[in-house]
Amino acid sequence: MSAIRWDVTFVVYRAKGDEASHFDTFKLSIDPDEYVLDGVEKIWAFEDRSLCFRHACHHSTCGACGMRVNGVEKLTCITLIRDVTQDGGTLKIEPLRNFPVVSDLVVDMGSLYLRMDEVHARPVVPVPEAEIEKSPKEWPPDDYEYLRLSDCIECGLCMSACPISATSPTYLGPAVLAGAQQNGLSRNPSLLEIVDAENGVWRCHSAYECTAVCPSYVDPARRIMDLRRQVVSERLKRLFNRPKPKIAAVQEANR
Amino acid sequence: MSKPHVVIIGAGFTGVATAHDLALRGCDVTVIERGDICNGTSGRTHGLLHSGGRYAVKDQESAIECIDENLILRKIVPQAIEPNGGLFIALNDSDLAYGEAFIEGCEACHIPIEQLTPAQTLKLEPNLNPQLLLAFLIPDGTFDPLRLALAFAATAKSNGARFRTFVEARRLLTDGSGNVTGVEVLDRAAGSPEELRADIVVNATGAWAGEIAKMAGGDVPVNPTPGVMVAYDQRFVQRAINRLNVPGDGDIIVPQRRMVVVGTTSFDVDNLDYVPVVDDQIQMMLERGSELVPGIRGAKMRGAFMATRPLIGGGSGRSMARTFKCYDHKETQGIDGFVTITGGKATTMRAMAETTADVVCSKLGISSPCVTREMQLLSYRQYYSTPN
Repeated sequence: MSAIRWDVTFVVYRAKGDEASHFDTFKLSIDPDEYVLDGVEKIWAFEDRSLCFRHACHHSTCGACGMRVNGVEKLTCITLIRDVTQDGGTLKIEPLRNFPVVSDLVVDMGSLYLRMDEVHARPVVPVPEAEIEKSPKEWPPDDYEYLRLSDCIECGLCMSACPISATSPTYLGPAVLAGAQQNGLSRNPSLLEIVDAENGVWRCHSAYECTAVCPSYVDPARRIMDLRRQVVSERLKRLFNRPKPKIAAVQEANR
Repeated sequence: MSKPHVVIIGAGFTGVATAHDLALRGCDVTVIERGDICNGTSGRTHGLLHSGGRYAVKDQESAIECIDENLILRKIVPQAIEPNGGLFIALNDSDLAYGEAFIEGCEACHIPIEQLTPAQTLKLEPNLNPQLLLAFLIPDGTFDPLRLALAFAATAKSNGARFRTFVEARRLLTDGSGNVTGVEVLDRAAGSPEELRADIVVNATGAWAGEIAKMAGGDVPVNPTPGVMVAYDQRFVQRAINRLNVPGDGDIIVPQRRMVVVGTTSFDVDNLDYVPVVDDQIQMMLERGSELVPGIRGAKMRGAFMATRPLIGGGSGRSMARTFKCYDHKETQGIDGFVTITGGKATTMRAMAETTADVVCSKLGISSPCVTREMQLLSYRQYYSTPN
């Protein structure tokens, strides 16, 4: 902790049980080189023990501490106070959108995890070489050298920022479609029915909000565009490799 | 006959693993946690799946626990682990001299090691300090702290355990003789108080174990000892890197996703609920970390955080053992119905749970053996989809 202190007003969303939601204001004298999550944790430690928020790793590997900071989705453990406000400034802290609020800044992200399971998004991924590609398009072949935790930390920021998710709760959403893209339709042809559907890949309007807020180099928007390409190519493949009509197959078998 | 009810305070590594073990042995388990899963020390670990090499010279009991449990976790929860190994590297004569004791220690603790020349080492990890003199390959690994804990919690839930997060222990309920009979809790999400009756209350609050034990008039010799960790925005190495020497500050580098995390330090603290990160310590991680991997000096810092270890027994900081201990407060202070587990490492979480469940089961007259060594854990995602 350095000697510098900024006066920052935290305006924090509050909701408990059936009570109406409101905002509480906390004035902190805080080191601008601490993170937004540190400020929220300080409010809990020293100002208001009833504040509920999620956090675990404090270094962007777990994805628990996603919140909206001045209206923008942030992984608060790696968001420096210095980068989002100024001395004398305000930080409005709200829960992620498009998920039900459990209490205060805590949302229930159960729907995201169910969908990630539905597309078989893997938590630990193989990498083929020490040099890490910035944006692997497909799963590497099986002669990988290392296993690595996947880039997507399932933090839900993209799901909160997506304008389509806001109006269509059943839309699979950026993280899920990115998970399907990484899995690859050629590897998992059964995913075609899930992503080439009403709530799938064609629903995206290319707003790129997901990519803008992703803290973990996943680039969901680019992956959704690539998944569309995969869908078209898988459809064409099916068109030209259609199984023979039943009667022909029977005739052939009797030949 | 209804199942005995065990309330576990704390959903860090020890709490979730104990819930998993006790649910399998036929207990009705409720875990209460004042935040969400892993919001204390457990979440903030650097994520090093220890092979035991770090403790093989001075703390062999911990080293053996680590290697045994490392191999078990790789088997039962591969979905949370990067199993890529680790390297202990020597950069000077002092490190080389330590190498002799290291070889003997690892042999005594059955930790498999392989000695590598500098050329072999740099071929594996080109970003290491090219001045390195010697290295040992060792079965370290990296884990995702939250997903490791959630895998245990998901499995416990599927076997009937309940997880009540954002529920804080306010007071321990006692009978007239001071024995613990339950917990008065506050549901922080709803704002409502409640009394939970229990046949046994397990205090699995790690660094906070002393504070909870005090609620029962008990005492636990736990020394909360924070250390800093700094994450950098580039994955310089594929394996966990250790300095080949007596454990000290800033001598571990753990790769994770596209980052590396450099740790750590060791000091005393009063308020456990908020431990600020000190600039000097960040600077020290940069200096010491770049001795092992020079590229760190030019890397962008991604995050810095403090985690408070629950060390047990006498002494302080580095010299204290990393082993764990389960206290039956009936034996230590004559308080029945109350058991504390603390100390240990993330790597030994399953063993800590086994020891605790053994104590709890013997108090409850349950004879079923521990089966967690072989049992494959569910995906962390199932924690969210399994009903409570």
